[in-house]
Amino acid sequence: MSDSPKNEIDDVTGVETTGHEWDGIRELDNPMPKWWLYTFYACIIWSFAYWIVMPAWPYLSTEGWTYTKGVIGYDQREVVARELGAVAEGRADEMQQIATLALEDTAADPTLMEVSLAAGKAAFGDNCAPCHGSGAQGSWGFPNLNDDVWLWGGTLGDIHYTLTHGIRWEADDNTRQNVMMAYGRDGVLTRREIADVAEFVLALSGRADDAEAATRGAEIFGEQCVTCHGADGQGNRELGAPNLTDAVWLYGGERASIIESVSNGRSGVMPAWGGRLDAGTINALTLYVHSLGGGE
Amino acid sequence: MADSATTTVTDLERLAAEAADNVRAANPHGDDGERYTAVNAEKNRSLYASRVKIYPKLVGGTFRRLKWVIMALTLTIYYVTPWLRWDRGAGLPDQAVLLDFPSRRFYFFFLEIWPQEFYYITGLLILASLTLFLVTSLAGRVWCGYTCPQTVWTDLFIHVERFFEGDRSARIRLDRSPWSAGKLARKAAKHLVWILIALATGGAWVFYFADAPTLAVDLARFEAPPIAYISIAIFASTTYLLGGLAREQVCIYMCPWPRIQGAMFDEESLLVSYKEDRGESRGAHKKGASWEGRGDCIDCGQCVAVCPMGIDIRDGMQLECIQCALCIDACDAIMDRVERPRGLIAYDTLRNQERRQAGEPQRLNLLRPRTLVYMAALAIVGLIMLVALINRSTLELSVLHDRNPLFVTLADGSIRNGYELKIVNKEHAERVFRIDVEGLEGAVLSRPALAGEEGSTVVVGVDTLRMARFFVILPAERLDRLRDGEGMLTFVATDLATGQKVERESSFRGPVK
Repeated sequence: MSDSPKNEIDDVTGVETTGHEWDGIRELDNPMPKWWLYTFYACIIWSFAYWIVMPAWPYLSTEGWTYTKGVIGYDQREVVARELGAVAEGRADEMQQIATLALEDTAADPTLMEVSLAAGKAAFGDNCAPCHGSGAQGSWGFPNLNDDVWLWGGTLGDIHYTLTHGIRWEADDNTRQNVMMAYGRDGVLTRREIADVAEFVLALSGRADDAEAATRGAEIFGEQCVTCHGADGQGNRELGAPNLTDAVWLYGGERASIIESVSNGRSGVMPAWGGRLDAGTINALTLYVHSLGGGE
Repeated sequence: MADSATTTVTDLERLAAEAADNVRAANPHGDDGERYTAVNAEKNRSLYASRVKIYPKLVGGTFRRLKWVIMALTLTIYYVTPWLRWDRGAGLPDQAVLLDFPSRRFYFFFLEIWPQEFYYITGLLILASLTLFLVTSLAGRVWCGYTCPQTVWTDLFIHVERFFEGDRSARIRLDRSPWSAGKLARKAAKHLVWILIALATGGAWVFYFADAPTLAVDLARFEAPPIAYISIAIFASTTYLLGGLAREQVCIYMCPWPRIQGAMFDEESLLVSYKEDRGESRGAHKKGASWEGRGDCIDCGQCVAVCPMGIDIRDGMQLECIQCALCIDACDAIMDRVERPRGLIAYDTLRNQERRQAGEPQRLNLLRPRTLVYMAALAIVGLIMLVALINRSTLELSVLHDRNPLFVTLADGSIRNGYELKIVNKEHAERVFRIDVEGLEGAVLSRPALAGEEGSTVVVGVDTLRMARFFVILPAERLDRLRDGEGMLTFVATDLATGQKVERESSFRGPVK
């Protein structure tokens, strides 16, 4: 910067310079363009108006931090609530019908079915995905809902009942209930006997190594397991007893997992959604789960 | 280098000094419009000076008539197009040109453009720009001079101004006179008509985006969507601002085209030019005086007076010139009066100017490498567009393989994959398709229970996209068909009425053994 006086006049333009000089280049002190200046003033006025009209300034009150609410009381939380309300209202008719119609009738109506699947998918993501996975693919101990294997049945009615009352959910008197005993822990069977039973269970899907042990296991199976799993091991949906002959294993189908299941029992829990979700949502969920591919 | 730097400073100083003189004089048009100053000529227009208003004089002649015709034609196209009807069958809009954003379709007469076909618009824009390049290299700024909306509307607005305030000298006198009831009335009437034209311009614009007759009724009843009124307001205000107030400033300062098109002219381009070789030396002419030893230009200033850009064509080719050719009309009229041949200002090429000076015959060289390249590019793009249009498929199939879960093991050990099929039917009739799966031995196609449709038929409505879910099951004993847990298969959609087929390959996933 040079020490030239501030009011130096540029020879070429006749305009005052700012008095700054860099390598011989001086800056003209032209006034701001008017349009720019007026826009700037307008913005200042706008911002004052904005502070008054809209929520703006944080301040500390006796109840902690709060903020100036603005004279029109605009609140984005309310806007979202209103918009969500509008969406709910927009499909209130359909949801009302979905709540009251028989599931089969809803399924027969393409419009209602479309709404059901959309609502069911959303509700599934909110409520069911934590255990069953976002694609309903399940995981260890939590059933895959895409396949054709159902512990308690895969008709619309069965799914609806399971959803409403849950499984081993004590707060619900009508919950689905059964017991897979802990044969090892409770001392009903010895380790040797459990190993034999496991061998027989493997044999049911043609995977046994030791035919003799399997024969011994068959005898024990006949005494302890047939009541629920059936003589041929195909399970019983009335009792929620899994089919032991198929390719799908909730807790793993290899020898160690089977021994573990027989020794300590299994008692997964699913909450009853009857009191927590409204009838329309449960119906929509039923149709959605049914549509995943395993519905009967 | 030092020399050129000095020259620049000198030029700047000279310009600044001249501009300062002109601003000081501040009377470029004289008291009664008797002075003809090209206020936007480089020598008179310093960047430090404010805009000086232009008062273009009305001129008659060939090009003025041509411009009237083109104005009538372009305005008619603009206003009438949205009202043309085109029958596309039931359930589809019957507006010939409609940009339907809500349902994501553009309709241009027989052509219907889906979002994924937007390249047609790209193609059209490429064709338009190539045409512009070609025309510009042949005959200069034809677009700017005759058909650009800025030119057409400015021309219209100037004509309205002329109607209320009179021609050039009357307007200059009016502007210089003190405010009076009469002046106020004239000015108010002019602005009122400008605003009406602007509103009509914005009003016509919105009809391209919705069914025109319906929207017109809605607009009149104040029941149209707010965006329609907002669009009209925006377009009306820009029309008023650009056509009425800013005028030549738009072309000089806002438009990028004048800067680009300099690259398209060459010495063989036909440009509106002053034939310096014939005109100079210029000077006042008295009736009956001899033409010996002087040029044909009598320095009457008529070419400046009629110029809507405020320049002097005799300064040569300049950025501000939109090549509207009104100076040709003005000069021809004067040449007739002084009984000299027409065409002192005319469409001329730089090369012909040189040829005349060298005593060679004039000729036009329209087919030169530059224009040939543009023509070739135009032909190629046009051909590609045509082929694309002829081969436009009215049927598309896409297949989205489920990712979550990738596959599902069923009770009997078989593997099931889920697919989302999207079938696009661009025909204006409902179509029924049968879906088959090929290429993976043993694969069985099925649909979710309660899908609402029997078997593998899918009905796709008029001009829509239909999504349908399908399952493919590969039995346990066929799992050896997969390699590293993956196999390929092909979905085939067959139109049951016409037999037309469309295929799409996808993959099938299973456990990695």
